[in-house]
Amino acid sequence: MNQNPLWSLFTLFATLSFMAVGGANAAIPEMHRVAVNVMHWMSDKQFTDMFAIAQMSPGPNVIIVALIGYHVAGLAGATVAMTSIVVPTCTLAYFVGRTWDRFKQARWRIAVQAGLVPVSLGLISASAFVLARAADHNFYAALITAATAATAFWTRANPLWIFAVAGALGFARLV
Amino acid sequence: MADSSPEAPIARAPIKPTLLELLRAFAGVSVAAFGGALPWSRRMIVERKRWMTSDEFNETFALSQFLPGPNTVNFSVVFGQRFGGVPGALVALLGLIGPPLLIVMVLAVLYERYGDVETLGHILAGVASAAAGLLIASVAKMATPMLLRRWNSGPVIAIVAFIGVAIIGWPLPLLFIALAPVAIVLAWFKW
Repeated sequence: MNQNPLWSLFTLFATLSFMAVGGANAAIPEMHRVAVNVMHWMSDKQFTDMFAIAQMSPGPNVIIVALIGYHVAGLAGATVAMTSIVVPTCTLAYFVGRTWDRFKQARWRIAVQAGLVPVSLGLISASAFVLARAADHNFYAALITAATAATAFWTRANPLWIFAVAGALGFARLV
Repeated sequence: MADSSPEAPIARAPIKPTLLELLRAFAGVSVAAFGGALPWSRRMIVERKRWMTSDEFNETFALSQFLPGPNTVNFSVVFGQRFGGVPGALVALLGLIGPPLLIVMVLAVLYERYGDVETLGHILAGVASAAAGLLIASVAKMATPMLLRRWNSGPVIAIVAFIGVAIIGWPLPLLFIALAPVAIVLAWFKW
């Protein structure tokens, strides 16, 4: 097995670049599996901390990749991780973007897109499950998850307010 | 297809951005975008700058969802490419991920130094539990239209993906290579 952590970061995130159907949040279970269970780069707690930091930060969700990379191998790790997940899919996006008009009505294109929707739904559900299992260690933590899910589903509350309340409950040592 | 209204030729928005405007627009979206950049991108591109009509935006976003990988990142590349070729794509991408990356790197340094502080750990634990709840809500929103449609294989595929990854713990590449072709074939025949 190749022990260079930069190589491991590259293979993990370059693969995810092509398989994260439904965006970065669909890739959370695989990042968790590799970073916590296979490579032992971090604990469950550190992983969910990084997810929390990435969610509180502005910008695309994929930014969690830089946190993982930095934790594993400093600035070089962050650079390799971000580059590996961004460059392959962006190169594809560039060329597909130029030829989209030619096949956007094609039956295979519609089948590929429609077929991948449930796959990505399943993967994002798995992300929610993996995170809840790693983060919710007591009754109050599970209650925060449930209350957030209900609030975000039925209202248009700004997630930052939800995070502020949840963070305050954590500060009060309920979680 | 010329006469069916959703497929009719899309009226082109009149204004074309320069490279500098692209950079500033995507940088602006990136630092304002909490909890997903899509609504912010739409506000900037369609409502404020009028670089695209609503239809053009939806079309371009559908294309970025068709592609694997982070959707908003794909969107920035497709959008930048349309208005400025390779330099446009690079500038839009840089604008979108540059500023958040700087912010998150500062947070990463702080976390590596103070991550063990107990109070911080408790605060982040609260936020992480809430973040898991947000994902559950977005799953529920995605699933609603699928469950309201007539019977199709969608829910079965989603459940297989969920059980494989979340319960059994299969590696994503394995699951993807096994399940994606099946899902696409089922969608081809509209099962």
